[in-house]
Amino acid sequence: MMNDIDKLKEISRNLRKDILRMLHAAGSGHTGGSLSAIDMLTALYFSRMRHSPTPGASGPRDRFILSKGHGAPALYAVLAQSGYFDKKHLMTLRKVKSILSGHPYSPSTPGVEVCTGSLGQGLSISNGIAMALKLNKSDERVFCMMGDGETQEGQVWEAAMTAAHYKLDNVTAFLDNNGLQIDGVVKDVMGIEPIGDKWRAFGWEVYEIDGHDFGQILDAVDKAGRTKGKPSLIWAHTVKGKGVSFMENKVAFHGKAPSREELDLAMAELDAA
Amino acid sequence: MTEVKMKSLRDAYGQALADLGAENENIVVLDADLSGSTRTSIFAARFPERFFNMGVAEQDMVSTAAGLAAAGKIPFASTFAVFASGRAWDQVRQSVCMGKMNVKIVASHGGITVGEDGPTHQALEDIALMRVMPNITVIVPADAHETAAAVRRAAQLSGPFYIRTARDKFPVLLREDVEFTPGKAARLREGTDVAIIACGIMVSKALEAAEVLSNEGVSAAVVNMSSIKPIDVEMIVSMARETGAIVTAEEHSIIGGLGSAVAEEVSETEPVPVIRVGMRAAVGSSGAPEELLNLFGMNTEAVVEAARKAIGMKKEPAATQAKTVMTG
Repeated sequence: MMNDIDKLKEISRNLRKDILRMLHAAGSGHTGGSLSAIDMLTALYFSRMRHSPTPGASGPRDRFILSKGHGAPALYAVLAQSGYFDKKHLMTLRKVKSILSGHPYSPSTPGVEVCTGSLGQGLSISNGIAMALKLNKSDERVFCMMGDGETQEGQVWEAAMTAAHYKLDNVTAFLDNNGLQIDGVVKDVMGIEPIGDKWRAFGWEVYEIDGHDFGQILDAVDKAGRTKGKPSLIWAHTVKGKGVSFMENKVAFHGKAPSREELDLAMAELDAA
Repeated sequence: MTEVKMKSLRDAYGQALADLGAENENIVVLDADLSGSTRTSIFAARFPERFFNMGVAEQDMVSTAAGLAAAGKIPFASTFAVFASGRAWDQVRQSVCMGKMNVKIVASHGGITVGEDGPTHQALEDIALMRVMPNITVIVPADAHETAAAVRRAAQLSGPFYIRTARDKFPVLLREDVEFTPGKAARLREGTDVAIIACGIMVSKALEAAEVLSNEGVSAAVVNMSSIKPIDVEMIVSMARETGAIVTAEEHSIIGGLGSAVAEEVSETEPVPVIRVGMRAAVGSSGAPEELLNLFGMNTEAVVEAARKAIGMKKEPAATQAKTVMTG
């Protein structure tokens, strides 16, 4: 029998294929950042988050907010795999009348809580949900995923202050630190370091991990869950385009979909992995 | 003449909000370091656990409100109108309006009557900025009683609301038990020669103007168009048909506000002259509220003048026109 980690590896390998297939079918979209985030999303949706695709299902419901909305293909892949909607929809990504918009658009997609994509708003939204959960004396948790380039948005730091000020220990934010953004390398475009010191100075507990190592991801999520009196940041070192050799660490694949040839090559690599 | 009672819209908001808080524990309130000015401080004192001061961070406040709504709360978020509509525009758009989140933005200090704080703090663009948003209801109450009614209604109805209050006290025009329904305007005075469609402080000026016009033998109807979006198209069309000339009056830029909204509907349905009374200068100035309303042409005289102009622009009756064409 497969252990939890092997199971998650297998799921994320297949979700990577879903992501590439849907992006190829769409002909446009954000490949690199979807692949850098997918392992963390997989760990959340298939191991740690308490959730159900059935609307109004009883039992606790943890929330996930994809603040880096351009990583939508990764979110759609986990939602389809979780049963929020039929997998056939993945091939309609970005097309007219599809339930899957280019960036998360909550009115049309089951399982998407809010609209994101204009960067920097998701952490504030996560805080709001966390405040409501605390008022309800609920133990439900909120997970938020931000990009590293996204933290150049001033609102992120407003939200960072808010989460610490209101002691939102039910908020766990992931920083998908793949080091690249559309115009190039993050540190060249607008440096965000020192990352850990900044977040700690803002009152957060920081857990630094390899964002593709399931053991480390699960361990950090569990530690964040036990952290009291302050929010937690899981600072995840990741690789943009992770899992497909010719996409890894390539700025070009930030906002580009794979061609037919690239898709075939990528599928062969993932099948062999 | 009976003495006009003055009452503060923001006080009415603060009180209504605190009353709502007692009735419904899902009501939560956010403010961005202006709770004393917006009057959310009344709620904060009574329900401190449901009040969140977000500091000087309007963008964070609006998105946080969206999160509270996503988890089933009914958040009211308040700050000055310039900040609520301008500073947090993208957050209102994406975090709140696109997802139809149940967030109520109640912005105080709308318009030029902000007064002495000067041009930077006078929201003369907020109606335009909010009216263009998807899925939102935009309300500019005429007085304190309508403010309370609109706030109560907003709490009952799902979806985004923008309600504009003011720093200054406004004359009380409406009954204390006035009801508010989005998309429904009210005729405050019947008339046949011209219709004055107004919102906010300009409703009282419109009523004064109608009185002045009446002394000149001109019959002016007055409509309180507090619901800017959805707008009462039926009322606008009726007014155009009944009077053949329209004046709009608002404490806002003539670009994009009530005047634009009315002109848009009139031109597509029942084209008649529409003269807009509103802010025509690029920016305001420091000064006393009434002084500024006079200086920038948002007063009774300006409405009277606009009414005369609109009436003068009326086309000849259709029958005469047809004859002219035939003989021409």
